[in-house]
Amino acid sequence: MKFSLSWLNEYISLDMGIEGLTDGLTMAGLEVDSITPLYDSLDGVVVGRILEAKPHPNADKLRLCQVDVGADEPVGIVCGAPNAAEGLVVPCALPGALLPGGIKIKKGKIRGEKSGGMLCSAKELQLAVDAEGLMALSSTLKPGMPIKEALDLFDTMVEIDLTPNRPDCLSVLGVAREAGAIQEPPVALSHPEVVLPEAKASLGTIGDHASVAIEDEDLCWRYAARLIFDITVGPSPQWLQRRLLSVGLSPINNIVDITNFVMMETGQPLHAFDFDQLAENRIVVKRATEGEAFTSLDGNAHTLNSEMLMICDGEKSVAIAGVMGGQNSEIEAGTTRILLESACFNPTSVRKTSKLTGIHSDASHRFERGSDPEGVLYALNRAAALMAELGDGSLVDGVIDENPVPYAARTITVNVEALNSRLGTSLSAQEMMALLVRVEFSVTVLDENTLDVIPPSFRVDVERPEDISEEIARLWGYDNIEISYAKVVASNESYPKAFAARQMVRGAFAGLGFNEAINYSFIREDAVDRLRFAEADRRRSLVRIVNPISEEQKVMRTSLIPGLLAVAARNISVQERSLALFEVGATFIAGEGETELPQEIELVAGFITGSRVDASWFGKESACDFFDLKGALEGLFETLHISGLTFRPLAADMCHYTRPGYTAEVLVGGEVIGLVGKVHGEVLKSFELKQDLFVFEMAMAPLASRISGDRDSMPIPKFPSVTRDVTIICDASVRAGDAVAAISDEKEALIERSWLLDRYAGENIPAGKQSLTFRVVYRSADKTLKDKAVNKIHTRLMDMLMTRFDAVLP
Amino acid sequence: MENNIEQIYSEALADIEAASDKKNVEALSTRYMGRKGFVTQYLKNISSLSDEEKPLAGKRANEVKRGLDEAITSRLTALAAEAEASDLGIDVTLPGRPRATGSLHPITRITTEICEIFTRLGFSVVEGPEVESDYYNFEALNIPKHHPARDMQDTFYISPETVLRTHTSPTQPRVMEKSEPPVRIIAPGKVYRCDSDLTHTAMFHQVEGLYVDKKVSFGDLKGVLTSFIHQMFDPGISLRFRPSFFPFTEPSAEVDIRCVICRGKGCRVCSHTGWLEILGAGMVHPAVLENVGYDTEKVSGFAFGMGVERITMLKYGVDDIRKYFENDIRFLRQF
Repeated sequence: MKFSLSWLNEYISLDMGIEGLTDGLTMAGLEVDSITPLYDSLDGVVVGRILEAKPHPNADKLRLCQVDVGADEPVGIVCGAPNAAEGLVVPCALPGALLPGGIKIKKGKIRGEKSGGMLCSAKELQLAVDAEGLMALSSTLKPGMPIKEALDLFDTMVEIDLTPNRPDCLSVLGVAREAGAIQEPPVALSHPEVVLPEAKASLGTIGDHASVAIEDEDLCWRYAARLIFDITVGPSPQWLQRRLLSVGLSPINNIVDITNFVMMETGQPLHAFDFDQLAENRIVVKRATEGEAFTSLDGNAHTLNSEMLMICDGEKSVAIAGVMGGQNSEIEAGTTRILLESACFNPTSVRKTSKLTGIHSDASHRFERGSDPEGVLYALNRAAALMAELGDGSLVDGVIDENPVPYAARTITVNVEALNSRLGTSLSAQEMMALLVRVEFSVTVLDENTLDVIPPSFRVDVERPEDISEEIARLWGYDNIEISYAKVVASNESYPKAFAARQMVRGAFAGLGFNEAINYSFIREDAVDRLRFAEADRRRSLVRIVNPISEEQKVMRTSLIPGLLAVAARNISVQERSLALFEVGATFIAGEGETELPQEIELVAGFITGSRVDASWFGKESACDFFDLKGALEGLFETLHISGLTFRPLAADMCHYTRPGYTAEVLVGGEVIGLVGKVHGEVLKSFELKQDLFVFEMAMAPLASRISGDRDSMPIPKFPSVTRDVTIICDASVRAGDAVAAISDEKEALIERSWLLDRYAGENIPAGKQSLTFRVVYRSADKTLKDKAVNKIHTRLMDMLMTRFDAVLP
Repeated sequence: MENNIEQIYSEALADIEAASDKKNVEALSTRYMGRKGFVTQYLKNISSLSDEEKPLAGKRANEVKRGLDEAITSRLTALAAEAEASDLGIDVTLPGRPRATGSLHPITRITTEICEIFTRLGFSVVEGPEVESDYYNFEALNIPKHHPARDMQDTFYISPETVLRTHTSPTQPRVMEKSEPPVRIIAPGKVYRCDSDLTHTAMFHQVEGLYVDKKVSFGDLKGVLTSFIHQMFDPGISLRFRPSFFPFTEPSAEVDIRCVICRGKGCRVCSHTGWLEILGAGMVHPAVLENVGYDTEKVSGFAFGMGVERITMLKYGVDDIRKYFENDIRFLRQF
């Protein structure tokens, strides 16, 4: 909502200065968004008197003027305006001036003649839209006087970011009321007095000419009309044009300008019909016919539905009620008879229609938020009086005021103690009353703890005692409400499992050298194809956004991998080639039907790429591989103290975004929770990646359910351990993991731990064979082990390995 | 034999003293003290002496042995000290072998910080779904269909009845439906609005808060949020509460802090107002409490919500909101 200070000052006398006003409005809930001085671009424009106007020697349509601009010598200026004539007093822009629209004035030559400035039209100064010739100023003005002074052009435009609950402030009068309320002492608003001209008796009364019928009372609560005849449609006077321009509206003609002016002044939208275009001279307010075609005044064609309220004449629709008029009844240059509408429509209906037609007008903006049902006649009369005056018309006697749903004032009973308790204040009933009457609420103090409050009709937002508490709080001042501290009862709940697990997983990965990424939850629809998911994969059950911003953000992700691969590509493109990133976030699998919410599955995923170690003084660069990532996952589980982590090869036909033979399923306690592997070549290509990546993706829930703060402390061994290695030569197809598992499957109580120490194939080993060396640590909890005892077990272990894996000793 | 031992003793002491390195000392030790060494031999020969000579010779031999032991130890110590004194050491300015270091996303860091402050203030953390029903996202929060307040949030729709949640506020009715007052929760999470430009991303993070109990007042709201802001930013920072509008609170407030960039003088970040909007809050609207079956005569409460990206921007000086989700490693490594 925009208003200008000079306009505001028409209705209220303020003495708090612009800063006091704008701060005060902000702190009263009308947040001031911007303060813009108007007419600053008119610095450098002065009053000029044309002393002489001769034809230009080289151009038919130009004139050569000598202009007195208050300097010692007159200035020669070339001018193209037809009304440039000797004696005319006009605005003159001098060199250096920067006019609205960015025109810079400088000395120059036009068709060979020197020109030391520019004589201006009102349009060029953006004081009016009427461009016909130079702007004629009062001949009594002294040449050289700054135009801002001459026309009293000192004004400031203020824009407030109005919340949708305050339609009463979508008017200059409404803002003025608030301004008066925040001033100390408060000052009341003075509405412009409406003096209707005497109706022309020969025209009879309005009932002789027109009628209004409301067929759909649920959507139209009140409809008032007046007739103004013998109108001359033409440009508005400059004061009116200037008012509209100061709040960013374009003047059109006197009739339309008056409806806009009164709407800005009072908040009541008005519409003027060309009465002679209304068939049967009557207005019918009713729902549209389903499928009806209608062209609004902006030239757009609409197909209506039967829920839209229309203003009709005897034959056809002439306006979309509360939204926009029709082309078929708009005011034109030759219009002479006007039917002026001032109405109150059902806000929800206007909003639905506005959404469906895609028209957001100043009128619909006000109606959908709720207009003042009792302000209908004031605005109608104010506009009718102005039309009669400025359009030189005659008012037809009488007013039509159909009001099937009369306004019923609400009485809200306020419990003073309850209200104070809600706010943390200790105001008396009288103090509350004093605050409320500032904004025109009617208040009766029933007793010292009870108030009856009747909000004014324009405060459609105030319905219950809590709404009154807001009025009191904002007028008393939020800053004046004392801070208090509620008694804090210790919460006995710890973090939810999923939340705590996420924190721990993030911390663990950061500790393992990974950087955390957060990607958008929406991705391209073809991501599931690019990841090569099988047809039946549930990750193809996409949650689609009906109104996406772009193709890139069209569906909810079913995997974190596309986002991470895109991040890899982006970083590699800026020469960051060695990366380790992870992300924790939700993925979404579509639910059944329109109402079932999707399944949200939280995953953790990550990737490594580039070098494990950069080249340095102590070593060469080496590329990271599958086992770096696998090691990180092992580290994660160790950090989280989750046991039972295993990996097993994923069958080639089960691999999608990873490469067969380079992919392992991740299991915990035998449950598959995800995978780790090398990214498939085709996937790399479709994400425009040219270097190998290793990725993992796992479900968070199985981790969350296994994370525990419990630890079972074990005694520290008292006796020394004995370490023995065993090397076998077996077929190259034997999996190291199987051999390690075979040792632990022995469940030998004296084996403390065992692991693969070395794997070798090549020289000295027969082709197709490999050598595997395991280290086994033996220890007893209650004695020092003797060699003999260890040898016995170790030999049994070697025999087992040789039998199980068809192996020999080296 | 007596003279002999004295002579060898003095020769041995001299040799040890003259030994130039550890190896020489060890060789001398073997020569004199080893199994076939002179002292050992001498001790063996004592048995052949007369009974009168034996005690004296034995005593002397042991003295010599102790003396040589001491001389060897002291020479070795001296040699070690000399070696240490002459060792030039390593070039400690060579770079260390790096250990990989990771980082948490700035949004994670700030969300955690916010949650920690509120848990200290007695709040519990809850979470809700990101794809939400129209009912919880709007209707239960007193935002009926066709209400102009819906324009305050540009909504992504999945179906006519399902949306990407536009705020974390749906956790309010979800929690209240399942539990009786007192309720004191915060709900962090991702939210979505179809609005994307220089200062908006289509996804961002919020933390919601809700406190419902007997006799909760607007003054209490000011107390909790003032404490939060002082912990989050600086105990000395000034803040103001100003009236605003949210359909699910009444009265509603926006909370501003003094601009941390210009300290109130006015700059681009605060749009020359000197104030930065940091969170929205208000007393829970009675309609919201009625929707979950709470008795508005008996309980009242306040709710608040804040944007994590904005707070992160102010805390860490992030100048472009889009950086959060580009995941440029050069950005992520800064946290």
